[in-house]
Amino acid sequence: MLDPLYAGGDGPRAGARAGRHIPPQGRLRRLWRLPAALIVLLLMAGCSGGVLDPQGPIGAANVKILLNALGIMLMIVVPTIIAILIFAWWFRASNPRARYRPDFVYSGGIEMVVWGIPILVIMFLGGVIWLGSHELDPFKPIASPHKPTQVQVVSLDWKWLFIYPAEGVASVNELVVPAGIPVHFSLTSASVMNMFFVPQLGSMIATMNGMVTQLHLAADKPGEFYGQSAQFSGDGFSDMNFMVRAVPQDAFAQWVAGTRQTGSALDRTSYLALCQQSTNVRPFTYGTVEASLFNAVVNQELPPCPGPNTERAGATVRPQSER
Amino acid sequence: MFGKLTWDAIPWSQPIPLVAGSVVVLIVLAIIAWVVLKGYLPYLWREWITSVDHKRIGVMYVLLGVVMLLRGFIDAIMMRSQQAVAFHAAGYLPPEHYDQIFSAHGTIMIFFAAMPIMIGLMNFVVPLQLGVRDVAFPTLNSTSFWLTATGALLVNISLVIGEFARTGWLVYPPLSGLAYSPGVGVDYYLWALLISGVGTLMTGINFVTTILKIRAPGMSYLRMTIFCWTALSANLLIIAAFPILTATLGMLALDRYLGFHFFTNDAGGNMMMFINLIWAWGHPEVYILVLPAFGIFSEVISTFSSKPLFNYRSMVAATLFICIVSYMVWLHHFFTMGAGADVNAFFGISTSIIAVGTGVKIYNWLFTMYRGRIRFATPMLWSMGFLVTFTIGGMTGVLLAVPPADFLLHNSLFLVAHFHNVIIGGVVFAAFAGITYWFPKAFGFKLDEGWGKAAFWLSLLGFYVVFIPLYVAGLLGMTRRLQHYEVAAWRPWVLVAGIGILIMIAAAACQVAQFVVSIRRREQLRDETGDPWNGRSLEWATASPPPPFNFAVLPNVEGTEPYWEIKRRAIETQQLSTEPKYEPIEVPRNSPTGFITAFFSTMTGFALIWHIWWMVALGIAAAYAVFVWFAWRDTVEYSIPAEEVARYDRERRRAREQWLAQHAGQPA
Repeated sequence: MLDPLYAGGDGPRAGARAGRHIPPQGRLRRLWRLPAALIVLLLMAGCSGGVLDPQGPIGAANVKILLNALGIMLMIVVPTIIAILIFAWWFRASNPRARYRPDFVYSGGIEMVVWGIPILVIMFLGGVIWLGSHELDPFKPIASPHKPTQVQVVSLDWKWLFIYPAEGVASVNELVVPAGIPVHFSLTSASVMNMFFVPQLGSMIATMNGMVTQLHLAADKPGEFYGQSAQFSGDGFSDMNFMVRAVPQDAFAQWVAGTRQTGSALDRTSYLALCQQSTNVRPFTYGTVEASLFNAVVNQELPPCPGPNTERAGATVRPQSER
Repeated sequence: MFGKLTWDAIPWSQPIPLVAGSVVVLIVLAIIAWVVLKGYLPYLWREWITSVDHKRIGVMYVLLGVVMLLRGFIDAIMMRSQQAVAFHAAGYLPPEHYDQIFSAHGTIMIFFAAMPIMIGLMNFVVPLQLGVRDVAFPTLNSTSFWLTATGALLVNISLVIGEFARTGWLVYPPLSGLAYSPGVGVDYYLWALLISGVGTLMTGINFVTTILKIRAPGMSYLRMTIFCWTALSANLLIIAAFPILTATLGMLALDRYLGFHFFTNDAGGNMMMFINLIWAWGHPEVYILVLPAFGIFSEVISTFSSKPLFNYRSMVAATLFICIVSYMVWLHHFFTMGAGADVNAFFGISTSIIAVGTGVKIYNWLFTMYRGRIRFATPMLWSMGFLVTFTIGGMTGVLLAVPPADFLLHNSLFLVAHFHNVIIGGVVFAAFAGITYWFPKAFGFKLDEGWGKAAFWLSLLGFYVVFIPLYVAGLLGMTRRLQHYEVAAWRPWVLVAGIGILIMIAAAACQVAQFVVSIRRREQLRDETGDPWNGRSLEWATASPPPPFNFAVLPNVEGTEPYWEIKRRAIETQQLSTEPKYEPIEVPRNSPTGFITAFFSTMTGFALIWHIWWMVALGIAAAYAVFVWFAWRDTVEYSIPAEEVARYDRERRRAREQWLAQHAGQPA
């Protein structure tokens, strides 16, 4: 049921590369033999736009592991549930045909099976976990002939700042990336912990103040994908979402050029203004970005952003966010 | 004079908490007035509040847990209804309020509903099953209970005075630090849990000592019931894990009160340390709840299948296996924090290994039913619901233990659905199975079966209608704790979950009706024999409700199912065992120590939250004085005369003789 990705041969990395070119349905076909795949199908039907509808190699590989693990477990879970229901029904007290054997309290054979089957399943699953964890480590670059686009992500209360260091532009609450090219994200937080997550592109990763995490994603084709914070971060959390626009490479270059001409400058002063708590921020862009601003946030040259205003009376009792 | 406490602390401008708070205050005042006016106060004080009897304390724990379960359920209704209306809209709960609700929901359900119910059932059942008269430290037991009640009280005070934490139930820093949460909400959380945590730790010490040191003659370890084994494991986990919680929250309190920098963004603090520590407690905590639940199901399934538990030793081994491995899995709560592939893989595999122990248990229950004679009374229905539901929840749990899958589902509604699947399907179903199963032992009459079965079927249906849609919403990328949302694809699933909660409300109503109807019809439902379910372990060998000393003569244990053996022998020989020689029994005297200590602890906690320093000093000094006063007490026990013991026991023997006459010539 597992495909060559896990069986050696090409090695895990090659599998991920291949993953970009094989449509996910082709790989799933092998799963359909399982009766339980019906459930998966039902879910798939309801899941367009979610994590089961991946639009990039990382998301597709995540989903494949998810479905493989689900398939492995359903093979044992479905018979178990059926046995529970059948045993309970057949051995009901009112069934005169059922044999009553109150002394049937031990069987070496059964004991071996009840320990053996779970152990075998978990050993198998353990292999999936080990290989999958290494294959899909968020810090691991995507093998690709293209040079990855660099994006620095800063989570603020309560908006996302995306800095394009090579291009010297930045945007808030909107992420524009070239389709078909890997994107290398370096992520940090200006205040509290958040989690950067674009369900259709795959793996999420935490953002934390004073630290940098890495994430590598790619979009197969141009499209718009919903992104959000997956870690509760305070009162404005529900609006902490953004659209990811994957565009053709030339359109990306145009977007960069246009942004350079229109947006204002992101320097330390405007960063400190952006730093203040605010919710439901409409997307906007910066035409220039002070070099090393991201590093200044990470190494706390720029101090962590402030929390709620505590100057009004009673604010240390029940602070309200200013909106 | 009163620190930060001013009139601003009352949420005058927020009608929902204001009205809800006033209603609660009025209800509490009405109950107090009713108790005082009816003259029940002396009875309550003498028989319950100062009681150190493990059975009374157990009942009070369960009562506290059930009341808090209702409170947490009301939070759940508000969350589901808010999400049902908050599509492209603000809904009726602003974020400042909604955030408190989900934080309070988690805190209350884990610490003040699930924990008290499980500890309450352990309190009531474990000494009876071990065939002894009480726990090792009865007054400590009472103190544990009242300190837990203190925590619950503090959390509920926050409804009216000030606010509760707006950070989620595990108060992750830096959000919970002073910079980002300057209000008193996190302080309420900290002191409620620090105080009740002391109580829980003392419970752990008490029960481990009891189970290891105090058992009936002949009750070797491998003759104890599985419930006692799971209680032992859970309490070992409490002893090992709760100090971590206390230390972690203590460090956060130092950050907030004295300007320390354990978990702050600046000055070298590191919030990842908090997250590791809190889950080093948090994951064992899950097993502290679910191991006793496994124990309850073991008792119930064996009794109602009319068979001994299949593969008893394997069951003990699986319990201890889970107990140990549950310490090595905490990191699976934050695979997405970027630990690296080797670490994630290690914890993913160790997590899925727990499923081996759980799987073994499921199969042993399955083979307990095999060739049994199953009676589907309410406790057995809850157990069947558990077997199916928990298997599904376990599967989604192992799925989340696969790091690449968790990278898609972490913190999503899929995760929310998963842990409700195991906590409702495991712990809550066990709570109701256990309450229905042991209720006749505690009060001498059974609970009404009709209402109980209605409550079960509605709970089961309601559970699936709420949480299957949440699984799907999670797969659609919906994250947890959203006060409002704009993604149209999530909307239908959230609405179906909203319908499900209506079914859950009906289930809760049936549950309440079950108690009311049963109390009113208690004469018809009365059980004289002390053994309404044809039980197998020692708690059924005494009267219902059991006398203060539990057993007139300590039973002599010769196997894993001592009471079944006694009954079998009685039927074989057509007579009860010969009447023993009754002797006076020493039982511990009641003590108000626990209640008074808790009173001053509440005062101290409240004063710490509001920075009323003189009251802090007063509370601590007074609580310490109570301890000194208790330590210098003169008389520890009082004696129940032999005649009274004999009177109690002869009454029970008469009922048993009638039972024997009815069962003449039948095999057991």
